[in-house]
Amino acid sequence: MSTVVGKPIRRVEDKRFITGQGRYTDDIKLHGMTYAVIIRSPYAHARIKSIDASAALKIKGVVAVFTGKDIEADGMGGIPTGWQVNLINGETMREPKHPILCTDKVRHVGDGVAVVIAEDLAIAEDAAELVQVNYEPLPAVAQVRDALAANAPKVHDELPDNLAFDWNIGDKEKTDAAFATAHHVTTLEFYNQRLVPNAIEPRSAIGHYEEGRDFYTLYTSTQNPHLIRLLMSAFVLQLPEHKVRVVGSDVGGGFGSKIFHYAEEALVTWASKKIKRPIKWTAARSESFVTDAHGRDHQTTVSMAFDKDGKILGLRGHTIAGMGAYLSTFAPAVPTYLHGTLLQGLYTTPAIYYKVDAVFTHTTAVDAYRGAGRPEATYLLERLMDTAAREMKIDPAELRFKNFIPPFDGVTQPGYQTQVALQYDSGNYAPTLHKALEIIDYKNFRKRQEEARKNGKFIGIGFSTFVEACGIAPSAVVGSLGARAGLYESAIVRVQPTGKVSVYTGSHSHGQGHETTFAQIVADSFGIPMEDVEIVHGDTEQIPFGMGTYGSRSLAVGGSAIMKSIDKIKEKGAKIAAHLLEANEADLVFAEGKWTVKGTDKSIPFQQVALTAYVPHNYPAGLEPGLDFSSFYDPLNFTFPFGAHIAEVEVEAETGEVKVTRYVSVDDVGTIINPMIVEGQLHGGIAQGIGQALYEGAFYDESGQLLQGTYMDYTMPRADNLPMFEHSTTVTPCPHNPLGAKGAGEAGTIASTPTIVNAIVDALSHLGVSNLEMPCTPARVWSAIQTAKGN
Amino acid sequence: MLPASFDYHRATSVADALGMLGSLGDEAKILAGGHSLIPALKLRLSKPAHLIDLNAIPELRSITRQNGHIVVGAMATHTAVQTSDIVRSAVPFIADLAGSIGDASVRNRGTIGGVIAHADPRADYPAALLAADATVVLTSKSGSRNVKADDFFVDMFTTALAEGELVTEIHFPALAKGTGASYQKFSHPASRYAIVGCAARVTVEGGVCKNVRVAFTGLTEKAFRDNGVESALEGKPANEATIQAAALLAAKSIEVTGDSFADEAYRRHIATVQARKALLAAVAAATK
Ligand SMILES: Cc1cc2nc3c(=O)[nH]c(=O)nc-3n(C[C@H](O)[C@H](O)[C@H](O)COP(=O)(O)OP(=O)(O)OC[C@H]3O[C@@H](n4cnc5c(N)ncnc54)[C@H](O)[C@@H]3O)c2cc1C
Repeated sequence: MSTVVGKPIRRVEDKRFITGQGRYTDDIKLHGMTYAVIIRSPYAHARIKSIDASAALKIKGVVAVFTGKDIEADGMGGIPTGWQVNLINGETMREPKHPILCTDKVRHVGDGVAVVIAEDLAIAEDAAELVQVNYEPLPAVAQVRDALAANAPKVHDELPDNLAFDWNIGDKEKTDAAFATAHHVTTLEFYNQRLVPNAIEPRSAIGHYEEGRDFYTLYTSTQNPHLIRLLMSAFVLQLPEHKVRVVGSDVGGGFGSKIFHYAEEALVTWASKKIKRPIKWTAARSESFVTDAHGRDHQTTVSMAFDKDGKILGLRGHTIAGMGAYLSTFAPAVPTYLHGTLLQGLYTTPAIYYKVDAVFTHTTAVDAYRGAGRPEATYLLERLMDTAAREMKIDPAELRFKNFIPPFDGVTQPGYQTQVALQYDSGNYAPTLHKALEIIDYKNFRKRQEEARKNGKFIGIGFSTFVEACGIAPSAVVGSLGARAGLYESAIVRVQPTGKVSVYTGSHSHGQGHETTFAQIVADSFGIPMEDVEIVHGDTEQIPFGMGTYGSRSLAVGGSAIMKSIDKIKEKGAKIAAHLLEANEADLVFAEGKWTVKGTDKSIPFQQVALTAYVPHNYPAGLEPGLDFSSFYDPLNFTFPFGAHIAEVEVEAETGEVKVTRYVSVDDVGTIINPMIVEGQLHGGIAQGIGQALYEGAFYDESGQLLQGTYMDYTMPRADNLPMFEHSTTVTPCPHNPLGAKGAGEAGTIASTPTIVNAIVDALSHLGVSNLEMPCTPARVWSAIQTAKGN
Repeated sequence: MLPASFDYHRATSVADALGMLGSLGDEAKILAGGHSLIPALKLRLSKPAHLIDLNAIPELRSITRQNGHIVVGAMATHTAVQTSDIVRSAVPFIADLAGSIGDASVRNRGTIGGVIAHADPRADYPAALLAADATVVLTSKSGSRNVKADDFFVDMFTTALAEGELVTEIHFPALAKGTGASYQKFSHPASRYAIVGCAARVTVEGGVCKNVRVAFTGLTEKAFRDNGVESALEGKPANEATIQAAALLAAKSIEVTGDSFADEAYRRHIATVQARKALLAAVAAATK
């Protein structure tokens, strides 16, 4: 029996996706279904003076129009936040109400004010045009850097200012002292721009209340069915949780944006009970742009102190982090526990102090987006490293080697305790950089660069060495940091009487390939073919509980929960096998799909044990029938993947156009179950990070209008913008989970953005260019060149 | 998002379409490739009561050569123009331009007639029509009239097209020996529309530039011919130095509109770059 773990098995789910047989929320049609269109604010900030739906209600086929007042009259709550970060002075996090539909004021373009429900979508859209909303436009604050100004318009009238909370980490005194002795200090100031997540499947939600059994079903495009059920039933609609089912089966990408509980989910669920019919809402793409939680939005100033040999002495900085108009589900965690705690990077920095001000602006909410905080942390660290290297005239690779944390395996050596709370599990950083340098042939690069410059061609090289935190995390730890949920995972492994296996996982696949990776693990564990394993996810009625998929946690946490159930099945199976073989349990070994009595040819296959468990005629006394175990796995720690990425770019001096000519990545994601899926995750992630560096950006004008609200303006990276990726790996297993896996979903995005910007700055450094704002569009690069030439 | 409701009419001949246009009047809109119209309908920026679809009129798709002109039917798709041997042999830069529009699905449905009738200030064809000295044929119930490209593009989204008229053909003079042309486009990376596009046509006689025509798209409310560049090169030796000097005059007398992706200064600079590239390529083609 050949094994499948570690092999590049093609994704089993792709057949149905590629042949159009996926079942996304918008594909679902229920009997008697109605369609909702949400009327959204065209203003960033305005008072709602009146809403007149009378003309809309006269249209044939319109079932109902509801406003925020109707929801308020039913006593429904606002959309809650799942993470609490209190202020430095001890004050509770300021958590203004996030209404399902606004009643008094709108606070960003796209904020919902009313919903029109009709027999079909066309009628609903026609009627929506007739709803008269009378707004009194008010001044808005759209930029994070302006939010705390004394005269800034307030997003929430009941708050003293636009601060949601402030937060700090590290040791200020020690860090200031380190800076006081520094030989060199490198400082950078930049804006880590807002990004629109752009999942290919727009969000969609169907609320279905069945009066007969007083039961609610919400079909929704989510990464996180159980959390949605918990938040919506317990906090928003006050429904008994056992009377609510949330289904998020096939989901077409999320990148974080579908972790969160959104107003539309509560809206269709609530309204379905009102009209006693199912209601479907699907975002139009232009709605996705202004309602899917955005990513990043950090205004940052940061410094790194060095001694004369280039050893890092300290890091200190400050970020104003945009929350948008409301606190989305995980928003408070992103600039704090997912960002501030990563500022050690993979360096021995002995002193760190960092402060974050999280602010409200009249903009779409900001929350976790692929990498969530770690890309922002890595961006500032790696931009600092390349900049410092240039300023101190030390080779950027050399500067990193000088500062890497020495190897530790987390088994014979302890984990590495950082200055910023985390303890890294295992790491061996230098080999990834050595390997990447060799692949890209760094030793010859500077010569080539010099020759190219002589011919008027600007080529540059950029580095990023990074560590990130995945598999979020031990529940007790995240709880102490403000999470209002645990972060474990569950799994049922159910061996059917014929020896086929159904796995019910709380992880959620929305592009990651769980149906393949998880099946590989199960197949090898039982010595059965992959075809004999079915992976089920995304339905609160089938899965015991789940914390969903994000933070690259599925394999490390969800996979480990499956391993726990597998172990329990093997343990029970051995008892049954021992009985059937009339042997001692201790004398059995399980291999190649059968239990064998050591040193004999007496064996019994997995399938026969399964059948016996369900047809227990000849069965161990006192043992329960059945072969079916449920487990919860709460990890001991985060996992800490790492790697080294190097890119080469060519800058067209005359136009400022940037071409990425080579991209080399060496990643260590721990043990690899499916190298093809890991590579695919890395490819997608790298492309997304290059997107931020070169193309993507959601900017608001002063009145709070989104300037890039369609694909005619918002530039996604495309295949023809990218080079062939040269990807390879090293393997340093995670010491604390049964799979040794660390996570691969976000590493590419985390690493690639600074790699590219560093490379562009390197290409132009001889002209005196030292910093560039993202995205590095041709116009920006060209004007940086002009400015440098003018100096 | 769905468009507001409308009645759909499929015309099967030009006469049929003109009849519908006559009876339905300004309540009706022509549907060609739909790549500008359908998004406007879906966003409800446009709410016509009737759509008259020209896609079932084969005569409007033809591409032929007549009396030294390449005659392209209004409904010729960008792909059809890109891959036409007739176009490629007589006005190769038009075939190249068609291949640079949007992406494959835009090219497979979008039409030359739709582009010029729509007159988007970022569209590619208008600059090329100006540089090529093309003629647009407009047809109404009372017959056809020929309008020079110079007179066709009036303003942003506004052309010489009158009520009750269709764009039916575009005539490009075939490039004579000694004449070369080129279209050089700097694309927006998202839409791939032109940030700046420059079309140039030059005749080189005895090493001297003649009949220079240079037109830009993307810089202002409509595509325009740049007399400054044209006259700077007219009668001058066809070499890099004269071309570079002429190109630097690009858009000098024009008010350039910038946006968050490319501000005015950048667009002006790119105009000089694209002008140089287009002129160099045109001269190279003329002297080949
Ligand atoms: C993603 C995307 C990228 C694009 N990129 C580019 C680009 O790079 N360069 C570029 O030039 N264009 C680009 N376009 C526009 C594309 O070329 C369109 O096809 C074109 O603008 C309109 O042509 P159409 O045939 O689709 O016309 P339609 O959208 O059907 O019609 C456009 C308008 O013209 C009118 N009309 C159409 N045909 C006639 C006729 N024969 N007589 C009278 N009126 C008529 C219609 O009533 C309508 O008002 C892009 C479009 C998209 C969606």
